[in-house]
Order: sequence, then C-alpha cells, then structure tokens
Amino acid sequence: MRFMNVVVCVKQIPDPAAPARLDPSTWTLEREGKLILDESDSYGVEMGLQLADQAGGGEVTLVSMAPRNETSGLRTALAMGAARAILVSDPVLGGSDALGTAKVLAAAIRRAEPDLVVAATESTDGYTGTLPVQLAELLGFPSVTFVKKVTVGDGKVHVERQTEAGFDEVETPLPAVITVTAGVVEPRYPSFKGIMAAKGKPVDQLTVADLGLPEGSVGAAGARQEVVSVEPAESRKAGEIIVDEGDAHTRIVAYLEQLKVI
Amino acid sequence: MSTSLSPEQEELRATVERFARNEVAPVIAKLYEQEEFPYDIVAAMGRMGLFGLPFPEEYGGMGGDYFAFCLALEELARVDSSVAITLEAGVSLGAMPIFRFGTEEQKREWLPRLCAGTMLGAFGLTEPGGGSDAGATRTTAHRDGDEWVLNGTKAFITNSGTEITGLVTATAVTGRDHEGRPRISSIIVPAGTPGLTVAKKYSKVGWSSSDTHELAFDDCRVPAANLLGEEGRGYAQFLRILDEGRVAVAAMSVGLAQGCVDESLRYMGEREAFGRRIGEYQALQFKLADMEARTHVARLAWRDAAARLTEGRPFKKEAAVAKLVASDAAMVNAREATQIFGGYGFMNDSPVGRFYRDAKILEIGEGTSEVQRMVIAQAMGLPRPH
Repeated sequence: MRFMNVVVCVKQIPDPAAPARLDPSTWTLEREGKLILDESDSYGVEMGLQLADQAGGGEVTLVSMAPRNETSGLRTALAMGAARAILVSDPVLGGSDALGTAKVLAAAIRRAEPDLVVAATESTDGYTGTLPVQLAELLGFPSVTFVKKVTVGDGKVHVERQTEAGFDEVETPLPAVITVTAGVVEPRYPSFKGIMAAKGKPVDQLTVADLGLPEGSVGAAGARQEVVSVEPAESRKAGEIIVDEGDAHTRIVAYLEQLKVI
Repeated sequence: MSTSLSPEQEELRATVERFARNEVAPVIAKLYEQEEFPYDIVAAMGRMGLFGLPFPEEYGGMGGDYFAFCLALEELARVDSSVAITLEAGVSLGAMPIFRFGTEEQKREWLPRLCAGTMLGAFGLTEPGGGSDAGATRTTAHRDGDEWVLNGTKAFITNSGTEITGLVTATAVTGRDHEGRPRISSIIVPAGTPGLTVAKKYSKVGWSSSDTHELAFDDCRVPAANLLGEEGRGYAQFLRILDEGRVAVAAMSVGLAQGCVDESLRYMGEREAFGRRIGEYQALQFKLADMEARTHVARLAWRDAAARLTEGRPFKKEAAVAKLVASDAAMVNAREATQIFGGYGFMNDSPVGRFYRDAKILEIGEGTSEVQRMVIAQAMGLPRPH
C-alpha cells in the first residue's frame, strides 16, 4: 500500500484534575498553567498510528493551536509514536472562536498534505463540538463524525459511524475528515524509549503570519462568537431508591417507560 | 543546581501516574481481597516497557536508568504496593543480577523476556534461618561433573511461583575459604528444573496481590554454565543488589506515603463532622501537614541516592538513609491516614486500609530498619558491633 499521511488534531488543555477558572472579563477558560494532551485526543492519535501501521507505511503528523508555544501535550503524543507536529502559537490568537480556530488549523493542515484528518468529536475543556466539520468545509474534504471503526483502502475510507440506534456504514473518498469517539481504540501508554525519542522529533512552530492568514480574520478580532453570560451547571438531583417489597420490577419498568428508555 | 525532574523524567512520571490511576486503581481492591496475582497489569506494564526501564536497548530494555525506574515505582506504589513490588522485584532482583553479573550468553538468553515482562525472575537469598546475615546461608551447591547440585530452602521469595516465572537466582555455599568461611555463589535455576519445588504461597498481612513462596532445592541439578558471575563472589554481588534495591524500596515507600496524603486530602474536603468539613479542623490540618513534610523529605532522600547510583558515585549510606526515613514515613503516614478516615480506614476495600497493611513490610524487606542503621553507623566509621 502507498504511504499514508494522517493528520491528527490535538488540543493541549489545562489539567482537568486541577481546579479550572474562567476569566471574568471574557468568560473563557484560563490557560495560564501547564497544558497537557486532551485525553479525548489520545484516541485519535492511537487510531492514526494504527492506520499508518496497517497501511504498511505512513506517519502521523499532529496539528495543534496553543498559547505560549506550549508543547508538553504534543510531546506526549509524539512519545506515543507520532512523527512530527505543527504548532500554531501567536498572541493574536487569544479569544479565538471555533471558526477562527478552524481557519488556523485548516491552514496548518494544508501544509501537511494529509490523506486523512482525525479529530476527537469534541474537546474536554471549552468546546462547541463544531470545529471538525468547520475544518472539513474549509479544507473542502468530506467529513464523517462519531466514527467507531475505520478501514482505509483504494483511496477510500470505510467507517462505522455511531448512531442512537446502532451504526451506519459510510464510505467516502480520501482525503477526508473523521471524528472519533472516546473508547474506539485503546490508546497506548508511551514507553520511556518513546519519551526519549520524542525529544528529537520536529515541532514546526508557526505564527498567523507564517500561515498567510489575513490579520483580523482570526483570534479575538475575527471572532463572531462571544460568551455573554455563564450560569452554574444544575447540580445532579438525588436518585430514587426503590426498596423491593415484591413489586420493585414493575416500578422499575414504569420508571424506565416514563423516561422513554423502553 | 536543581532537584527537579527533566521534561522526559516528568513525562515518564506523569505517564505512570496516569497508568496507575486508570488501570490499577479500578481493579486492585478486588485482586487484593482475593489474593490474586495481577497478570493483566503485569502484561500492560510489560507493553509500556517498565520491566526494561533501566536496561540497554540491545537486551530489549528502554535505555533508561535506575532513577527512571524508581520514579515509576513511586507512582505505582502511590496507588498500590503489590503491583509496585512485583515490578521492583522483577527488575532489581530478577533481571538486574543477570545484567550486572551475567555472561553475554546469559544476558542474551534471559534479559529480552525479563525486559518485556513476559517472564519474571526471582532472587533466592533469604532462608528460613536468615536474610541479611549471609554467613547463615545453609543452601549448598556442589559440582558433579558439568553440573551444579543444589540442596536447601529459600524463604519469602517474591515472583517465584507465578505462571510466568522463568528462573530463580539462588545463593548457595559452594565451598569454604582457607579460614573456613563459606564461599557463596549465585546460580541460575530455570523454573521447572527437577528438584526445585515451589511451596504454596504465603498468606501475608499485606502485599496480598504479590506472589511470595518458599522454595525447596532437593538434589536440584543445573548446568555448570548457570553459575552467575564468579564462584565465591555471590556475597559481594548480593550486597550490590541489595544496596540498589534499598533505593527502589525507598521510592516505593514514598509512593505509599504520598498515597496516604492524596487520599487524606481528598477525604478531608468531603467528610463532615459536627457541621463542618473535617479539613477545617486544625488538628487534622497539622496531621496532614506533617504527612506532607515527611513525604517530601523522604522523596529528596531517595532521589539523592538514585542520582548518586546513576552517576556512579558511592551511594551505600544514602541508600540506607533513604530506606530508613522513607519506610518510616510510609508507616507513620499509613497510621495517620487510617486515623483520619476513622472506621472507613479500617476497611480492607479502602485504599487507606490497604496502605496500612502494606506499610509494615517496608521497614523489614531489603534490610530491616535496624540493618539500615548498622550500615549508616559503619559508613560513619563506627566499629562493627559484636
């Protein structure tokens, strides 16, 4: 098989284990501390590595946009086995909305000339879940979302796409954009050899000017989306405890019917 | 000068932390309760390359060092000590003697599988009549043609009876010097050799998911080529192995001490008593502050000893200091964490209950705290006691 060039979009996010804070003036997430690889992207990285492997030749290029030239999350994915990374970092990108981010990533991805672009369905920190399809539109690639299984061959990608009822089988020509759900593959833990090898792998650091994007088209200046207010999430209501007095099964069935689960 | 980790060391630490949290924590309580060996976890650690961490790539290793190995041990022990000791013994007692003292042929034969974690090696040193007291070794090996014939019993041997145990390196008396003192040698005995009997596993107070057996050698014959290192050098060899192992056990102890801090900090933010979160009471704040301080100091101690070891500087005293203070920190923190948790801390399925049961052996294995004090005193130039 021919050489397979997979681009995986990865986001570097504040550690979800640490308490998160919103900037009170913009209501966006503060990203001042160390950033790590979004765990939901580790599935895409693993899938990319497996596809490149199955193709009998190929490699994974990571594409990321992050503040302050942050690379620690990229290093994790490089340690897993990705070959190289393209990082777009530019102070003007603060306050980007989803479309602005998609424009930046699309411009970076074009440079990598991918056969396939893989992204998570959504990120874990601040997300709209719209970026991958915007990306596909900007790149002019077909997109298939919620992918749980992928095979590539004869210039096409064949996928099983998760639906509420089961899955759809979809085939589309390459290049294409797919989004993968958590749990589709078992992401490998990087070995120490992988970690040491990641040290020497190339990370292309680019600015908005390097990408040739017009000033004002991206970042806060180009954002058409604004967070106007923030409400605390509704706390989870206590569950209902059914004590079995001989009729528990009928009460559980009634409860599930009311939820329209059965 | 800095005592902080390099980006690569930090990446390794964070990877093992993630592994322990995601793969070990959810399943270990049940394995522990049922005293089952964690085969799946061992296989996963093998795939991550943890068993090959301090060995060169040419033998299937990861090209790391002992410091990196200790970092991994600390993070594993933060969640569970049975898993950590399985790795510790597999590397520092199973594979390390072969790497340090083996012939090229022995290394090529055993190390690739030991590094991959598909095979475990054990180190048969301790006997029913003595551990650190090497003069008390009763197991003998005599030459008969081109074979060694072993007779004797070994006690408390970690990783000696698993389905993937491939060898035990046994110390044995192979003769006497001109002053009548025993000449001790190390001999590789492959698992399944006729005459080697693996007794049923011990019922232990802690480390319940780790594999520990008594071994009996009864006219057990192995090829003469299975001698590890020089004949009569077994004593010096195992002293080196124990010195290194002390650093590893110190790192494990710090992991357990840190696990106590993690669990207590979380619980103190959740549990309420007398209308307030218990973390608001200064009595517990001071307890936790002391636990944190103890852990921090012990961590600096093992890192210093491990740094000396990796740089090829003398580390014997520092290893003993690290083992002494770290095992003490683990023991005290386990007691304090259990106190903070109250009745829940006394339950076997709470991590803190496991920490309490697992802590004590850290003051015993790889040289007791008393042996560490002997080593430290002698390193200070004090005379050997009589």
